[in-house]
Amino acid sequence: MLRFFIKGLIRDRQRSLLPIIVVTLGVMLTVLGHTWITGILGDVIDFNARFSTGHVKVMTSEYFENIDQMPNDLALLESEAFIAELQEKYPDMTWVERISFGGLIDAPDEEGETRAQGPAAGMALDLLSPESQEAERLNLQNILIKGTLPTSPDEVILSDEFASRLEVEPDDQVTLITTTMYGAMSITNFTVCGTIKFGVGALDRGGIIADISGIRYALDMEDATGEILGYFPGGEYPDEKAITLTENFNNKYADEEDRFSPVMVPLRDQNSLTGMIDIIGYMSGIIISIFMIAMAIVLWNAGLLGGLRRYGEMGLRLAIGEHKGHIYRSLLSESVVIGIVGSVIGTLIGLLFASLMSKGIDFSDMMEGSTMMMPGVYRTQITLESYYIGFFPGVLATVFGTALAGIGIYKRQTANLFKELQA
Amino acid sequence: MKIINIIIALMIPGVLAAQPSGDEILDRIDENMSSETRHVISKMVIHGTRATRTIESETWSVGNEKAYTEYLAPAREKGTKMLKLEDQLWIYSPGTDRTIRISGHMLRQSVMGSDLSYEDMMDDPELRDKYDAVVTGSEEINGAGCWVVEMHANAPDVAYQLRKVWVDKVRYLPLKEELYAKSGTLLKKTELFDIRKVGNRWYPRKIVFKDMLKKGGGTEFIVEEIEFNVEVPEHLLSKAALR
Repeated sequence: MLRFFIKGLIRDRQRSLLPIIVVTLGVMLTVLGHTWITGILGDVIDFNARFSTGHVKVMTSEYFENIDQMPNDLALLESEAFIAELQEKYPDMTWVERISFGGLIDAPDEEGETRAQGPAAGMALDLLSPESQEAERLNLQNILIKGTLPTSPDEVILSDEFASRLEVEPDDQVTLITTTMYGAMSITNFTVCGTIKFGVGALDRGGIIADISGIRYALDMEDATGEILGYFPGGEYPDEKAITLTENFNNKYADEEDRFSPVMVPLRDQNSLTGMIDIIGYMSGIIISIFMIAMAIVLWNAGLLGGLRRYGEMGLRLAIGEHKGHIYRSLLSESVVIGIVGSVIGTLIGLLFASLMSKGIDFSDMMEGSTMMMPGVYRTQITLESYYIGFFPGVLATVFGTALAGIGIYKRQTANLFKELQA
Repeated sequence: MKIINIIIALMIPGVLAAQPSGDEILDRIDENMSSETRHVISKMVIHGTRATRTIESETWSVGNEKAYTEYLAPAREKGTKMLKLEDQLWIYSPGTDRTIRISGHMLRQSVMGSDLSYEDMMDDPELRDKYDAVVTGSEEINGAGCWVVEMHANAPDVAYQLRKVWVDKVRYLPLKEELYAKSGTLLKKTELFDIRKVGNRWYPRKIVFKDMLKKGGGTEFIVEEIEFNVEVPEHLLSKAALR
């Protein structure tokens, strides 16, 4: 019977071509849309995790409340012992120390007088320990424009745009003017060892990266750190695991009476990422729903048009004694075949386009004025879900559209069939 | 009853006459606090949110226009020098061998993490030029009778729109001062303690500054040694002295 339907569909292309094209287009757009949105949101989350939030972040409770001010006076003290404790308690995770700081970068002339000056936002991380993976985590080697990564505590990398504005080159000396952990003014010399392009407007305007030991000295933060970032193995952000870990940690360590007690915050509760993570969770449902409704309407119409074209055929089949239910089921069977064929072709084409776009499209020029921590290059991301997200809705929409269109069969009066056929 | 009223009526002009004007009070304060030259060795005890730090310094000053400060301790700050020449302020950091001019928003930063800002250091103590002073009452501070003087800014370029000062009626020292923003928010509070006679003037041995917007326990400025109208080495009051 199935062979009969397939032969019918192949031989009568008018019966199958339009629905297959519609399903193919719909499924292709669904797959492409899903991979694009997954890619964008995934990139934003991954970028934030690497640069700023970790999968979870530990800091003092008051630091968290004032985090936008980079309040290093509220830093975690005795951080070396604390991080060792975290590593012992949560051995699967990677824990790293980070210090965010602000200040002025002052470029001197030959006399040591200020030649150029600009506001800077910096990040200090472990770049010198042999076991540290921080440089890889931030992809620093690949975004290096000039020079090298720091090899000593008194070296810094500036954003290329910032270095150009200050007219400094690798090996030039600059002075960081900032505030120590105790609120005193700090003036420290650093040698520029390289320049990088972050691809993020906010960082490219005045970003500095330095080894944490050099910044600890500058900020008088011996054995202290602003933040401890935790990463789960595998690199992907596991939302539920992060929430569970956070609850366990805060039950043990957080103390409402002590404003310097450590608190853990998952990625979703930082940098306004909650909505974005929730969207990822709902996205498949949203895309499928939109697709199902739109496709069902289009295919319903296609089915009605097909029904009109095959009006005579249906009438003849009824006239020679075929049951209405049998005809209806045969139409549904045809639609299953059409749905499967359209969905397979649509999924393949969608995945092809998605893989072509997986290298990314550079939007950094459009984001020059952005102050958000957003990557400049967006790419599609093919996940396991991408392989089936369009398939089932494609088949179901076809069947649903045909089912609606086929209801007309039951409205035909057998007594009038010959009159209709004669006409 | 009539007699009492008459006595009160006769006394009031006498009371008013005994109350000096705001400007007179400011002049008497200047006589105590200002001098042609000065040499001070002092200690700043900064009660921060996490720790208490002590910073020692030596200052030479000429009037209110020129001042040279060298930090003596702790080791991290030792050798840091600061020079104020009228409306300009430089800081020299021995670790970097750089002299940085403090200007713009940097003036709002805290001096060595204390409750004092560089702007406070640059503030012209000649209050009469920028403020209209009015005596608004009389109160007691630490057992001493004080005039309450309110100073409203008459110039736009002042850090504090309103200063409220409690001035000792006998020694003419501002025992307490509150500094307010235009919005009426209390920004800083200063109190003077351990007042002693130095030569022919009264001078506090301890001044406590509190930045009301900071969470720490304030900064104690303790005068270890002070000399007035001494000869200030000329070479100290130039940028060359910083290096």
